[in-house]
Amino acid sequence: MRWFWIDHFTEFVSGQRAAAVKCVSLTEEVVDEYAPGRTYLPAPLIIEGIAQTGGMLLGQLSDFKDRIVLAKVIKSTFLFEAYPGDTLIYRVEIKNRDDLGALVEATSEINGQPHGQIELMFAALQDDRFDQVELFEPAQFCRMLRMLHLFEVGVNPDGSPISVPPHMIEAEKAFLKIG
Amino acid sequence: MPTSEEVFDKVREALVDALGVDDDEVTPEATMVGDLGAESIDFLDIVFKLEQAFGISIPREELFPDDILTDSGFVSDGKLTAEGVAKLKERMPFADLSRFESNPMVQEFGNMLTVKDLCNYVSMKSV
Repeated sequence: MRWFWIDHFTEFVSGQRAAAVKCVSLTEEVVDEYAPGRTYLPAPLIIEGIAQTGGMLLGQLSDFKDRIVLAKVIKSTFLFEAYPGDTLIYRVEIKNRDDLGALVEATSEINGQPHGQIELMFAALQDDRFDQVELFEPAQFCRMLRMLHLFEVGVNPDGSPISVPPHMIEAEKAFLKIG
Repeated sequence: MPTSEEVFDKVREALVDALGVDDDEVTPEATMVGDLGAESIDFLDIVFKLEQAFGISIPREELFPDDILTDSGFVSDGKLTAEGVAKLKERMPFADLSRFESNPMVQEFGNMLTVKDLCNYVSMKSV
C-alpha cells in the first residue's frame, strides 16, 4: 500500500523547518470516493501529509533511528478545500522539542493562498517496550527519502548538505546485494 | 516578573490550546486530569507551551516526578512512604500536596496537579 501524502520536499533545514509539495489528482481514489459526487482531498490526508513532513524533519535529527510518531493533532483549521489540479505547499517548523517529543507548527497554501494552519505533537517512542521495534525497514525507508528529494534539498543549519546516513547505505547495499 | 493575573491568563491560554477546553473550565481549582481531561501526551504539549509563553525552561522531573513515584525505596503497597512524600514536597514546593498526603496512592498522583499548582510553578520559575 502506498501511503505517501507528499510528493517531494522543496526545503529541508535540519532541526528547523521543511517545506513539501503535494499535487492533488483525480487519479487518487480517495479524492472522489471520500464524498461521492464531490472531488477534493480530505483534510485528514492533508494533516497526514504535514505530519509526514514534520515526522521526517524530526527523524532526520537521529539519522532516522528514533521512532517518531504523530501523537496529537492540537489544532487544525482549513479555509477551503483542495481540489484536483491544486498544488498544496506545506511548511512545517519545529517550535519546541526534547527527547520525549516535539511541538510542530505548520501551514498549507494552495496556489499562493493561505489554506490551513495546523499544530501537531510528535512523540519519540523510547520506552523499553519498543526496544526491538523498527518502524521502517531502513533500505525501503531510504528509498522513500530519496524519492522525496530529501537528500537533494536537505541542508544542515550551516548550509552543508545532509548526507545519507551510513546505516541506510549499508541497508541499501545489503538489499541490492552489492559489495 | 508577571503578575498573578498575567500568569493565570497565559496558563489558561496554554491549557485551552492544548486540551481543547473552554476558557471557563480552566479555574484555579481544576485538576489537570480529572477536570480538564489531560492525558500523558498533553502534559508534554503543556510544558512546551508554558516554556514558550514564559520563556522558561522546565526540567520534566519538576512537574512529573516519575523517578520518585517509581522508586521502590519510596513506594510500598502502591503508596508513597512518608520519606517519599517528603521527597515529593521538596521537589514540588509549588504544589498543594495536602490532599494527596492524606492517601498517597501513587496511581492517584496524576490527578493531583491543579491549575493553581501550575500557576505557582511558572511564577516560581519566572522570578
